[in-house]
Amino acid sequence: MNEDPVIVIKDVNFSYGGLHILENVNIKVKKGEFLSMVGPNGGGKTTLLKIILGLLKPESGEVHILGTLPERSRNRVGYMPQHTLFDPQFPVTVMDVVLMGRLEGRRAGPFSKADKKAVTEVLEEVEMTGFCKRRFSEISGGQRQRVLLSRALVGRPEILLLDEPTASIDLEIEHKLYEILKELNKRMTILIVTHDLGFVSHMVRRVICVNKRVAVHPTGEINGKVIQEMYGKDIRMVLHDRVSGIEEQLHG
Amino acid sequence: MVEFINALRNPDIAFLRYALIAGMLGSIAFGIVGTYVVARRISYIAGAIAHSALSGIGAGLYLQIKLGIGWFTPILGAVISALISAMIIGYVSLYARQREDTVIGAIWAIGMAAGLLFLTRTPGYIEPMSYLFGNILLISKNDLLLVGVLDVVILILGALFYNKFLAVCFDEEFARLRGIRVGFYYLLLLCLIALTVVLMVTIVGIVMVIALLTLPSAVAGLFCRQLWQMMIFSSLFCMLFTALGLGFSYIYDLPTGSNIILVAGAVYLLCVIGNSLLKRRKT
Repeated sequence: MNEDPVIVIKDVNFSYGGLHILENVNIKVKKGEFLSMVGPNGGGKTTLLKIILGLLKPESGEVHILGTLPERSRNRVGYMPQHTLFDPQFPVTVMDVVLMGRLEGRRAGPFSKADKKAVTEVLEEVEMTGFCKRRFSEISGGQRQRVLLSRALVGRPEILLLDEPTASIDLEIEHKLYEILKELNKRMTILIVTHDLGFVSHMVRRVICVNKRVAVHPTGEINGKVIQEMYGKDIRMVLHDRVSGIEEQLHG
Repeated sequence: MVEFINALRNPDIAFLRYALIAGMLGSIAFGIVGTYVVARRISYIAGAIAHSALSGIGAGLYLQIKLGIGWFTPILGAVISALISAMIIGYVSLYARQREDTVIGAIWAIGMAAGLLFLTRTPGYIEPMSYLFGNILLISKNDLLLVGVLDVVILILGALFYNKFLAVCFDEEFARLRGIRVGFYYLLLLCLIALTVVLMVTIVGIVMVIALLTLPSAVAGLFCRQLWQMMIFSSLFCMLFTALGLGFSYIYDLPTGSNIILVAGAVYLLCVIGNSLLKRRKT
């Protein structure tokens, strides 16, 4: 059973308001893989992520996550959204936010001691012990991001999906996140959506390139040509740094 | 103030006592529901629901006076129309996102238009001002019972589903991923808003009720870390504002609703200014 892929996407199409967003997408992800998903804005990365999470239904094609339908595997998949999307004035503590990862549809009433213990353990793992009672809005972007990571981890997922984890985060914190993810990859499959090819290039073996159509490349194959195809010529200049970063990796 | 306290004991002006009791009871529901409204930033939805209640009030009066259906009280009408508006707005925002604000604005105005039509077709002189701006003379013993029952309902639902409401308000998408029926809880929340808003309509009126729902929670939100703390403090603030407003209105013979809202507004303004001064000093 272990050999079965944990994510299978077969001939998936998706359109919104008459606009084709994804065309004929085929992806297979093996257990324990560490992948990144890159592509331009509006290329369909988020849509694909939401299809994997079962939040959107594809128009045609099949999606199997952990051997079952996405809606059924949700509890075994951890999801970390972008940390910039939250209302900064919302009155919640770090504890409150992470506890949301222990919610269950059928259970009413307060959280149990076991729930709170699980939260404390996960916060320890991401080095956020002692932040429990802090207001979510008071902590820094990098800390907030680790809180959201904890929320995804506290349900003990088998697959971890991260949406733009490096958005508006400084370099040092980016490295810390990288260390944490490397450790987590020992026990779970990780898929990162990112703009930042440089960030993931040391960690991932394969890159899923999404721009309406999807192509999966081994990291070594990512070069100027692939990126140009993916983003189009306009963005090539902006990406130049990142590309050379990857080439260095190849030589090194 | 002594004058006001004496007046509360006076059996000849029982309405004042009723108003105070209704205000205190209503404050509990207002604190809880108002906190959700402020945290989720849906006060314009609460405003539309409140204003649309006029159609139910008008229909209630019309049925009672013109058609002689005694049991159909204006408050019952208000409850029904507010619930209908809440459901319409909820469905539109959940399933047809594009034009949510238009629908909210339309329900706001259509509700008032329908209410005014009913009022003008009801025989006898009906003062729309009483419903728009509140009139504590309208509070009966039955209303107190109604407020009490709704308090209990809101407290039970609030305690049972606190975690779910919190998750739905904070991060709808994540709540859905955890298997929570987001649509159901959002509609339930809007229905609770509808019921709550109607509670205080007789005291502060349709037009001003929205301020009493949001201002106490906004004040509490300045210093509370968690949603439940905000609920407790906003209930207490709401009680304070209502009591002070009633007191002033009795002593100076001024409209009750206006006084309550002005007290709430003044406290909010002072707190916001004080808060920003404190912050400036810190930095």
